[in-house]
Amino acid sequence: MTISADHSAPDRAQRLPAEDAVSEAVRKFGITAEDYMLPAHHQIEMVGPDGRLKAESEQGTEPGHEYPLPADEELLAAYEQLVVGRRVNDQNSALVRQGRMAVYPSSHGQEACQVAAALCLSAGDWIFPTYRDAVAVMARGVDPVEAMTIFRGDWHSGYDPAKHKVGIQCTPLTTQLLHAVGVAHAAKLRGEDTVVLAMCGDGATSEGDFHEALNFAAVFHLPVIFFVQNNKYAISVPLSQQSVAPSLAHKAVGYGMAGERVDGNDVVALLAVLDRAVKLARDGSGPLLVEANTYRMQAHTNADDASRYRPDGEVAEWLAKDPISRMKTYLTDRGLLDDGDARIAAKAEAVATQLREGLSEDVPVDPLELFRHVFSAPTPQLKEQSAMLADELAREASPEEPTK
Amino acid sequence: MSPTVTTSSEANGNVSAATARAAASAAAVQEATGPQAITMAKALNTALADAMQADPSVLVFGEDVGMLGGVFRITDGLTKTFGQQRCFDTPLAESGIVGMAVGMAMNGMRPVVEMQFDAFAYPAFQQIVSHVAKMHNRTKGALKLPMVIRVPYAGGIGGVEHHCDSSESYYAHTAGLKVFTPATVADAYRMLREAIDSDDPVMFMEPKKLYWSKDLVDLADLRAQHAANADSGTSSEGKAAVARPGTDATLIAYGPSVPTALAAAAAAAEEGRSLEVIDVRSIVPFDDETVCASVRKTGRAVVIAEAHGFASVSSEIVARVQERCFHYLAAPIRRVTGFDIPYPAPKLEHYYLPGVDRILDAVDDLQWEN
Repeated sequence: MTISADHSAPDRAQRLPAEDAVSEAVRKFGITAEDYMLPAHHQIEMVGPDGRLKAESEQGTEPGHEYPLPADEELLAAYEQLVVGRRVNDQNSALVRQGRMAVYPSSHGQEACQVAAALCLSAGDWIFPTYRDAVAVMARGVDPVEAMTIFRGDWHSGYDPAKHKVGIQCTPLTTQLLHAVGVAHAAKLRGEDTVVLAMCGDGATSEGDFHEALNFAAVFHLPVIFFVQNNKYAISVPLSQQSVAPSLAHKAVGYGMAGERVDGNDVVALLAVLDRAVKLARDGSGPLLVEANTYRMQAHTNADDASRYRPDGEVAEWLAKDPISRMKTYLTDRGLLDDGDARIAAKAEAVATQLREGLSEDVPVDPLELFRHVFSAPTPQLKEQSAMLADELAREASPEEPTK
Repeated sequence: MSPTVTTSSEANGNVSAATARAAASAAAVQEATGPQAITMAKALNTALADAMQADPSVLVFGEDVGMLGGVFRITDGLTKTFGQQRCFDTPLAESGIVGMAVGMAMNGMRPVVEMQFDAFAYPAFQQIVSHVAKMHNRTKGALKLPMVIRVPYAGGIGGVEHHCDSSESYYAHTAGLKVFTPATVADAYRMLREAIDSDDPVMFMEPKKLYWSKDLVDLADLRAQHAANADSGTSSEGKAAVARPGTDATLIAYGPSVPTALAAAAAAAEEGRSLEVIDVRSIVPFDDETVCASVRKTGRAVVIAEAHGFASVSSEIVARVQERCFHYLAAPIRRVTGFDIPYPAPKLEHYYLPGVDRILDAVDDLQWEN
């Protein structure tokens, strides 16, 4: 623990005004502060729905908003995760239909966002996911069955967030963005170069904690990437009823941070934008906001009926923009896939099998565990209540015993 | 957002802006040896400084806690002593303050945050209820959140609306939060150190009308006691105190109501009635043992709290004592609490606050035989 107590000269990095960060960026990129903070005029896109790499002039890049093509190894790793992620989504939805899981908010169609969010980070970095981000959680190395425990129903978080540096999949919208800010702040005070990526959706940007988290991150100049998956719907409510901002990425300028828009179904563009954001944040740029333009292909959850609020035509339109098929075409055309596709399919199937087996297992629950983790040590009141339940259980187990 | 202390009523122990300034300068006075008359504000300030000195992961932040030293001056001098990285101002957003503290506690720090006033803490309610209280449980203990949320609370200072709420019941009702509230200067030091030491999140409710109350205490001695307790692994956490021994009836109070209960007990003594006063100190966990031992001894009890009585900590205490001490009771347990109305404007607050006369009336109602 090394936190400076030098109060005569407060650490500039800690209290650096946002303007300084912006002017540094301006010097670096040779553009105005506004052009640095405002997203490029067009979203960043590299590989189109047809699987062809766009000409550089059509990628949406501008001076100061330039994005080199990610390395082939990174793209192959991403493709593997995309295929696994799609399989995970569809297997989990099937398990819900079979009654093996209570609910599963699927990221079907958003796998490119899931994979890029996980792959852009280094081992020491943290990620804060939402309930729809199980694929990103698994891509960060959390065991698939542990990741799904939250939906299996025998406890809340199935993994240790600190061990994996993965926050619990968060339900109260955008509350986790502030935890991301706190984790980044603590790391920064200790002089660690941790980057934190915090995820939320388009509807969540209406929440107060979205505003507070972006503002805190900017004021304290913290290396947090706010990654918004704009999948167009908050359950049934379309984006037009959440915000009339030119784009969600435009919100960044109000906090003094840089924003960017990216094709959220193009994992190449996503990795290009997020890799650069991570590098900028790690080098001291302060926070950044990235909006991924994607689509929730399925209903909010199995309990939702999407046909009540959106036309089938719209869904069909997005089906043609699928993130996985375009990547397969792109990698095949470049001769990078070879026979790798079969190996990847086998890996995806292995994960699906793991999920089927893990979630079909009848996990024994210990009712007395209910009292064990409320506090570090149970209070006298919780001990009493635990004893009461234990007594009930004992009497249930041997009903013939006289009770008096 | 600063407090405007506009009225002064000696009867309710209210303070004026002038005494607030005096308390602030008293807190800055160099510490002397042996027992000294110091304020609760000074004891809290010293507890924060000592905890920061002892552990570099202890951080203090909130609104106006830096250069100003907090609107009540509880964080006075901490930025100067420990630097802007250890004690700092945040943007004006309570959910942000608590949410950021959660992340810091997840990542190795022990944040102590200040909510400027009771009613200003409500924007943080979701963070407190959904994350602060539940993180340990939802991760089966993998993640501990050693953090303290300090809340100046309750009335009696002539504050305008939104500055005088007794919000302890909201937090006490939430499983996973410890809720402490000191009533004496020595307890303010002891309990804040214990709250910061706790691996569980603590809502630390500071009775703001007692900030400028003074007791004779030896801070060096308290510091030594704390160190000795830390070494031996003992602690007074979760323990109520017998604030005044008595035999005829028990007054159960906490925080701002303890001095009022003591004043009532003193007045009753003059009339020949011996009242025992229990200072609850820790609302969660609750010390059933000490409270019930007293009621079993006296057979009569009055619970006193500033907060509204309906669905409150005071109603919980009555229920607990009744369940455990029914056969010892000579009369139904009475309550003297705030009325079930929004906290009144300054000129009306003395009608609302539990006072000595109302307490003595309740004691008179406890079915005495002669």
